Amino acid sequence: MSTRVYVPGDSGALSLGAEAVARGIAAEAAQRGLDVTIVRNGSRGLYWLEPMVEVEIGDTRVAYGPVATRDLAGLFDAGFLQGGGHPLAHGPTAQIPWLARQQRLTCARVGVIDPADVADYERCEGFAGLRRALGMSPQEIVREVADSGLRGRGGAAFPTGTKWRTVLEQVAPQKFIACNADEGDSGTFADRMLMEGDPLSLIEGMTIAGFAVGATRGYIYLRVEYPHAHRLLTAAITSARTAGYLGSNILGSGRDFDLEVRVGAGAYICGEETSMLESLEGRRGEVRVRPPLPAVKGLFGMPTVVNNVVSLATVPVILARGAAFYRDYGVGQSRGTLPVQLAGNLRRGGLVELAFGPSLRELLYDFGGGSASGRPLRAVQVGGPLGAYLPESQFDTAVDYEALAGIGALLGHGGVVAFDDTVDMARMARFAMQFCAHESCGKCTPCRIGSTRGTELIDRIILGQDREHNLGTLVDLCETLQHGSLCGLGGMTPFPVRSALQHFPEDFGAARAH
Amino acid sequence: MVSMTTLDASARDRIDSIVAANAARPGPLLEVLHEVQREFGYVPPAAIPQIARGLNLSRAEVHGVVSFYHHFRSTPPGHHRLQICRAESCQAMQGDALAAHAEQRLGVRFGETTTDGRCTLEAVYCLGNCACSPAILLDDEPHGRVTPERLDELLTSCAVGGAAGGHG
Repeated sequence: MSTRVYVPGDSGALSLGAEAVARGIAAEAAQRGLDVTIVRNGSRGLYWLEPMVEVEIGDTRVAYGPVATRDLAGLFDAGFLQGGGHPLAHGPTAQIPWLARQQRLTCARVGVIDPADVADYERCEGFAGLRRALGMSPQEIVREVADSGLRGRGGAAFPTGTKWRTVLEQVAPQKFIACNADEGDSGTFADRMLMEGDPLSLIEGMTIAGFAVGATRGYIYLRVEYPHAHRLLTAAITSARTAGYLGSNILGSGRDFDLEVRVGAGAYICGEETSMLESLEGRRGEVRVRPPLPAVKGLFGMPTVVNNVVSLATVPVILARGAAFYRDYGVGQSRGTLPVQLAGNLRRGGLVELAFGPSLRELLYDFGGGSASGRPLRAVQVGGPLGAYLPESQFDTAVDYEALAGIGALLGHGGVVAFDDTVDMARMARFAMQFCAHESCGKCTPCRIGSTRGTELIDRIILGQDREHNLGTLVDLCETLQHGSLCGLGGMTPFPVRSALQHFPEDFGAARAH
Repeated sequence: MVSMTTLDASARDRIDSIVAANAARPGPLLEVLHEVQREFGYVPPAAIPQIARGLNLSRAEVHGVVSFYHHFRSTPPGHHRLQICRAESCQAMQGDALAAHAEQRLGVRFGETTTDGRCTLEAVYCLGNCACSPAILLDDEPHGRVTPERLDELLTSCAVGGAAGGHG
């Protein structure tokens, strides 16, 4: 009988040599006359063990990693196809503490299934949510999502059910579901992992959203930096269509929904929803003035649900298990789970999905294992390039929307980037301004001009030129950016800048001034 | 052949067929530009009037879109394309040193192509591989935890010489 061996096709695993490992296993098995079936799954998110090879033995999968091609002969000699002992062996994957301690709802299938295989997806509760939705009225579906407490995981944290209700209430000849897959925040990769590891969950979520609001067409706006996600999404869309889960008369229900992938072109601003809509319409990604909201007048002027990949991929489990099941996870107004992405200078980076509420410290040390460099962690940036830098004294903050807002920070898309004590926070503040200048769409003056002036001001502060005066101007400029910008790019660039100034004044020459 | 100012008949035909295949789709311009860039390696400025005519847009609109998006090029790229992530997570893992090494080795700045046309060096802001920083794409293939030594190996394997190596 053929042994199933899983070698991730996830681009993170590929970046560490998974392709050569997969080819090497096939060649070594052939040479030894062994029968193996290689499955290219997504990544389980334990990136310090990638490429992580799993062997299926009965109902159990056992893990080996990180596997390099030079390890393969030894693994075969050790009988890894029967779960044999080896220095790279980690035992049953599900029992690896880093994974066993997680609460995977949205990402439950990522790394587990064959990404574009509908039958594999169905075996793991796939399309159970959609089947239930087919028996519900649009109002009932919207209520279920609203009752679950799901908030937008792209960063804005707007209640998903409320957005859907607004679109449902519109009367229009056409409505759209637009999935924002322009995951541009440094330190984030949950969207990518979902699209590469479980794209059918996104397709199912979008279809349910279509049923809920009366939309028959969906677009996935995917960033051009994700060619592997593009390939896997396209394959999954084809399999879903073939199996009758997309297209007209879905599962004989008389309801229609279909979708296509549109690829962005390297503009961070297109992660902002109105800029994304402009880009989907084939124009410069310039931010639109709101109102009207996209829910009222969105893509091609029609009512449009704009949701992030993680939000939409969470909808199937909410429909399959019910709103109460999902809402029971989490704290306060932050219900359910959040796929946190551990990045930067950490020993064990990767995807940690937990109910809202763990402390940053728990994530950085218990999961992340402290710094990769072995030096003390000095700062973490939570929530992408527009998120605040937090010092060690704030590491006990709980990871939920309200707790982070309470210290002037934000959760964003759930990225956590750690820096050791070699970081120069004045340079990071400068980078925040420079990034804003690089990515500004140019529509509003505070962002277009202010970001460049901000970079120059920080340059002068770093050089010690007229320090007090320039610091005062920088603080003023941050006020203008925050309150005068049209969207979050200019409006939130002050978060990293001000937090760096507040918590790390010594990097801005504070000691020199006294 | 494609030059900066004119297109030959076969290039014009190819662009016409790309435009025709996409014209009926809603909001087709980005799709058209992606296909043109896949075909030619860049969006030839001489193609802009033709694309504009085909999609019933003004030349200014098409040029405005080409110039807005970092991904679209108006000049031919090198044989190989090296994209290095310059964002925060990679900076936390010596990404700046890697970037400086790449500039020195190739003898170009970001956004430029080596004089022998072998390699274009580009900055990107996040490849979504932040648990394996610093991250790069070389000809669309991802590589993670890249050290300067590893980058040298990768460049050597696709025959991209060093600036100081006296390549011909």
